[in-house]
Amino acid sequence: MRKSFEHQLEDLNQDLLKLGSMVEERIHKAITALKNKNDELAQQVVENDDEIDDYQMEIEQECINLTALQQPVAKDLRRINMVSKMATDLERIADLAQNIAEIALELSASDYVKPLVDLPKMGEIAQEMIHDALDAFVNSNADKAKEVAQRDSKINDLDEQILRELLTYMVEDPKTVQQSNDLIFVSRYLERIGDHVTNICEDIVYIITAERVSY
Amino acid sequence: MMENETKTIEIKDLDFYYGDFQALENVTFDIPENKVTALIGPSGCGKSTFLRTINRMNDLIDGTRVDGDVIVEGDDIYKDEIDVVELRKEVGMVFQEPNPFPKSIYDNIAYGPRAHGITDTEKLDEIVENSLKHAALWDEVDDRLDQSAIGISGGQQQRLCIARALAVDPDILLMDEPTSALDPVATAKIEDLIDDLKEEYTIVIVTHSMQQAARISDYTAFFLMGEVIEHGPTQKIFEKPENQKTEDYITGRFG
Ligand SMILES: Nc1ncnc2c1ncn2[C@@H]1O[C@H](COP(=O)(O)OP(=O)(O)OP(=O)(O)O)[C@@H](O)[C@H]1O
Ligand SMILES: [Mg+2]
Repeated sequence: MRKSFEHQLEDLNQDLLKLGSMVEERIHKAITALKNKNDELAQQVVENDDEIDDYQMEIEQECINLTALQQPVAKDLRRINMVSKMATDLERIADLAQNIAEIALELSASDYVKPLVDLPKMGEIAQEMIHDALDAFVNSNADKAKEVAQRDSKINDLDEQILRELLTYMVEDPKTVQQSNDLIFVSRYLERIGDHVTNICEDIVYIITAERVSY
Repeated sequence: MMENETKTIEIKDLDFYYGDFQALENVTFDIPENKVTALIGPSGCGKSTFLRTINRMNDLIDGTRVDGDVIVEGDDIYKDEIDVVELRKEVGMVFQEPNPFPKSIYDNIAYGPRAHGITDTEKLDEIVENSLKHAALWDEVDDRLDQSAIGISGGQQQRLCIARALAVDPDILLMDEPTSALDPVATAKIEDLIDDLKEEYTIVIVTHSMQQAARISDYTAFFLMGEVIEHGPTQKIFEKPENQKTEDYITGRFG
């Protein structure tokens, strides 16, 4: 029954997963560019942003079409609304990755005060969170979504730690102010990425349980 | 669930049989006053049968049997001494196909009141006008009340049947798929009308359109093979049903 509707829902899942992996890759490239001063990689992230925007809008349109033509109720309705919302969160994450890539371009000419360790670690956690959240989405696993959301606290801790450390550098050596300031921004962007993934996890739990939670 | 609402109809442990065939099993729920209650469920699950137990229309079918209680405005209509004619005056019914009598528009409406002994022409004129106005049909037919009811459109005929039901001043209106034979415009008119009518009437409506149930009802009961699987506020049924069978049915994954 409603075979074509089932297929359309499956397509929608696949499209969201695709958008998710595009966004993951973007974070990876932005952070790698920052860490290794790779301008070419950073440039890729900055230039290909339209691709993500277009894909997000396509998903949004699919959701509107399904709502209008299939008049979904209950879980189907929650899923379609939430996929649209998750696509928006993913698109914001991609924008933040772009911001990070822009900073990477700015900083690539100067040497770092010390090799970047914590920022790449944050980037890695964020990337894994996106990956695992979408895994929880396809497997309808609310426990997993909750567990992923809880990893956001690791990102928040690292953000605070990085802020403290960079503030010390700034106080000790005023020449590092510009660089430290930029890196504080990167840390903030990653922290916000974590918040967007947390939203995504909450949406997944809502699809599965119909309960609105806040992590 | 309905603490602040008056129960107009209470159904308790209702079983219904056509001969040996049990069409309703252990149906129990309350229908609140001045609300719209929608009955949904697949074909043959007993919605029409259930609707007809509320005004004892099933009595007209041979070999039927009822167990349990149907309490309408305080009277147990199968146990207490009740006048069935009086019951059907309080509990009006509108059917799937508009079924006007082959008489004038006026006579269709005046039929019930006359049958209940009203002969005064002024009084009848007033009832006809009010009923047609209540059914949102007056403006369309006020200049041709003496024309045959068969000559008006299907949507108008259905509103005429609603006006005819209203003419005897019922408290409860039962509707069995009242819009299934109508186009979307006529359907929208009937739906608007139902929304207006619930100010004064308690409405129970059978519908095969999930969207219609969601649009117009306050409560929904989901029937399956003679049983009520789930009953509750319509919003809850359509957003977060408790029973997987309800979810499967409303999302079209049934069967
Ligand atoms: N007069 C009758 N005599 C014997 N069995 C009947 C009679 N009327 C209905 N039934 C049976 O009772 C069951 C319930 O029928 P009912 O008409 O109440 O279903 P329904 O939910 O209104 O279906 P639909 O959506 O098709 O109108 C069905 O199995 C039907 O065959
Ligand atoms: Mg029926």
